[in-house]
Amino acid sequence: MSNLHGKSMRKFWRTGEPCVWFTGAALSLTLLIAATLVAVVLVNGLGVFWPSRVALLELTDGSRLIGEVMRFEERPEGAGERLQLKIGNRDLYGLDFRWVNADEVARKSFPEEIVVLERSEHGNFYGYLRAVAAPGLDLPADLAPLEAFGRASVAVAERQRDIDALGARLAGLNSQLERLRLQLLKLEYRGRGGEDAAVLDIKRRRTVLKDDFEQLVARQGLMLAEQRQIRAEFEEAGGRVKEIALAEVVRLYQPNAMSVPAKAWFYLGKLKELLFAEPREANTEGGLFPAIFGTVILVFLMTLVTFPMGVIAAVYLREYAKEGLLVRIVRIAVNNLAGIPSIVYGIFGLGFFVYGVGGAIDQLFFPGRLPTPTFGTGGILWASLTLALLTVPVVIVATDEALGAIPGGVREGSLALGSTKFQTLMRILLPMASPGIMTGLILAMARAAGEVAPLMITGVVKLAPALPLDGTFPYLHLDRKFMHLGFHIYDIGFQSPNVEAAKPMVFVTTLLLVLIVLAMSSVAIRLRNKMKKRYTYSTF
Amino acid sequence: MTPKTSDIAITDPVIEADKLHFYYGSSEALHDINLRFPRKQVTALIGPSGCGKSTFLRCLNRMNDLIDNTQVVGSIRLNGTEVNSPNIDVIELRRRVGMVFQKSNPFPKTIFENVIYGLRIAGIKNKAVLEETCEKALRGSALWDEVKDRLHQSALGLSGGQMQRLCIARAIAVNPEVILMDEPCSALDPKSTARVEELISELRENYTIIIVTHNMQQAARVSDHTAFFFEGLLVEYGPTKQMFLKPKHKQTEDYITGRFG
Ligand SMILES: Nc1ncnc2c1ncn2[C@@H]1O[C@H](COP(=O)(O)OP(=O)(O)O)[C@@H](O)[C@H]1O
Ligand SMILES: [Mg+2]
Repeated sequence: MSNLHGKSMRKFWRTGEPCVWFTGAALSLTLLIAATLVAVVLVNGLGVFWPSRVALLELTDGSRLIGEVMRFEERPEGAGERLQLKIGNRDLYGLDFRWVNADEVARKSFPEEIVVLERSEHGNFYGYLRAVAAPGLDLPADLAPLEAFGRASVAVAERQRDIDALGARLAGLNSQLERLRLQLLKLEYRGRGGEDAAVLDIKRRRTVLKDDFEQLVARQGLMLAEQRQIRAEFEEAGGRVKEIALAEVVRLYQPNAMSVPAKAWFYLGKLKELLFAEPREANTEGGLFPAIFGTVILVFLMTLVTFPMGVIAAVYLREYAKEGLLVRIVRIAVNNLAGIPSIVYGIFGLGFFVYGVGGAIDQLFFPGRLPTPTFGTGGILWASLTLALLTVPVVIVATDEALGAIPGGVREGSLALGSTKFQTLMRILLPMASPGIMTGLILAMARAAGEVAPLMITGVVKLAPALPLDGTFPYLHLDRKFMHLGFHIYDIGFQSPNVEAAKPMVFVTTLLLVLIVLAMSSVAIRLRNKMKKRYTYSTF
Repeated sequence: MTPKTSDIAITDPVIEADKLHFYYGSSEALHDINLRFPRKQVTALIGPSGCGKSTFLRCLNRMNDLIDNTQVVGSIRLNGTEVNSPNIDVIELRRRVGMVFQKSNPFPKTIFENVIYGLRIAGIKNKAVLEETCEKALRGSALWDEVKDRLHQSALGLSGGQMQRLCIARAIAVNPEVILMDEPCSALDPKSTARVEELISELRENYTIIIVTHNMQQAARVSDHTAFFFEGLLVEYGPTKQMFLKPKHKQTEDYITGRFG
């Protein structure tokens, strides 16, 4: 009997059943971890823009607080619960958040008339709208404050558009002035004296432009001052009154009075702001457009370099280099490049691209601007080249393997028909290897999009004054600094003075980065599947 | 054993191999081969595995150039021109001496593109010419009726036998003089094999065919002449009938009757 049992046990082990369980468990564990990460990001990221209710708390000592209840937790000293309240009004209270012991709360209510203000400075304001003062707009005196606020803010937005148009003109003038300054510098660099006709001409034109510029600045100042006259009076929970210029208000809403569709509409508005607007308040509020744009352009530029470089290198390695010790060593080395910490690539990029190549370019082409560097400082070109260097091994390995997996018969078949090696490569081998190459490219892009460390020393910034791609010649400004979602996460999550307030944005940014990587790679995957269908051998 | 020169008189040979030696690195795979292939006839190369049939075949269109560390000594002439001379155009040679492989190797392209591949790489763009050649080649390889409605579908959807005939069509599309076939039927089922054999008999009208085969019946059925190789040596060469009925050498007889190999 026991013998029989032993036999069946041995058989059990021999079938490999436990191994199957083990591999299954390992897979589920990995998936679980990944799913948890995604879920955390999704739950925290998606909810950020949903307007939550604002509570009015009356405490046992008679004081009142208005704010969003963030969470409950055990009190550290162990007696009951406490709750975290986002009270905003940083300009009045100094802090955005406050802990309140649950047993001190006498009454909790959600009055509909509570307003939340998103401001361009000092974070949210929670309180009541009391009055609107709009000299020059002649609003009817008996208008409800909320209604008056609505009308006034329409007028303010209109004026803001005029001011912005003026600002654009100023920027144009400024760049003209800058160009003249550089021309002047160049002439001086060539040794043309102050009496030279060309120098005088430039100086004269500069004076004219400067006059224009100053006039416009004055006008803008006037308009701004007028704009700031339109103000509203708010009252915070404790009864203190605060006057706020409407120009500082990004939006005003009454979350407790909002219906679900209204909240959804609000949500969409915030989403639009996120995707298309500039950041505010040290990046913790507002949009992410420059960072999204920077990330996409960065990966795009990187792909432009890494794709041809990797494919060409792999083609040489597989098709032309004589198989031998050297090729084997190169192959191993390329494989191991992936293990080098990315910061090392960053340092190399800084030393070689920024200081070396960039410095040389400045010496050769922009000597007049020195000591202000043009290319001799971090910029999107150097960052993308550094990333290209970092990801090129991935493309090489993928291409090399894809070429190696092509059955030898196809190669011989082509050559036997009188094609050259190059024709075989272009017409047969590369198309057949293309799905594998695409896989490599997808991996490279995903890696590049998530990389932050090497960017920090090759050109990423917290807040870039201008996008790397815009309407002024030469349109693509490779020397400019740029913003990046990955760096944004690091910056607002760990470098911001008000970490608690920045937390929602960290999740949103993470979510967005993941989505962008997903979008880019799914395009590539679609392409790859198309190629696979065309070029892979079915079994025969 | 002394290597045998072919003892039949072949006037006007297409290909002549003269005192041919071939080396993979330092190991000699072919020893002093002398062979003359008659024009527009089928010659079968037989012999046990590893005796150098493929190596010899690949010498004829210089496919061995692709293997590192190989060396050819002796002479091979195509219509009297030395094949191994450095100033011959290998591309042109391979155009004139086509090849069909043991494992069919269609390109992952459409049937049409497969057939006209040789013309495309030669830079021919005229659509009428390409279409005409395609049809002629497919008819020549007895595939036209089966694929004429799906010329622009992937060749990878064909059956094994069809693929092999497609490879033959691809080879004859560039209008070669000689077609080399290295065990073209070894991966095919009997029915497909019969079709390819039929095809070979038809192609004989216009092309010189040199075929390597392991199948004695096949050699007997399709070929006019047969050469028997053994361990890198040419043992016997003569008209197929004579070889199979009255082999001169004991080794040949043993091999043909299936006593070894
Ligand atoms: N690429 C190669 N490198 C080294 N030796 C080879 C190579 N190809 C064939 N050989 C050797 O050459 C001899 C002849 O091979 P092959 O021509 O393929 O024989 P067959 O086609 O008659 O079976 C064999 O001993 C084989 O091991
Ligand atoms: Mg062989």
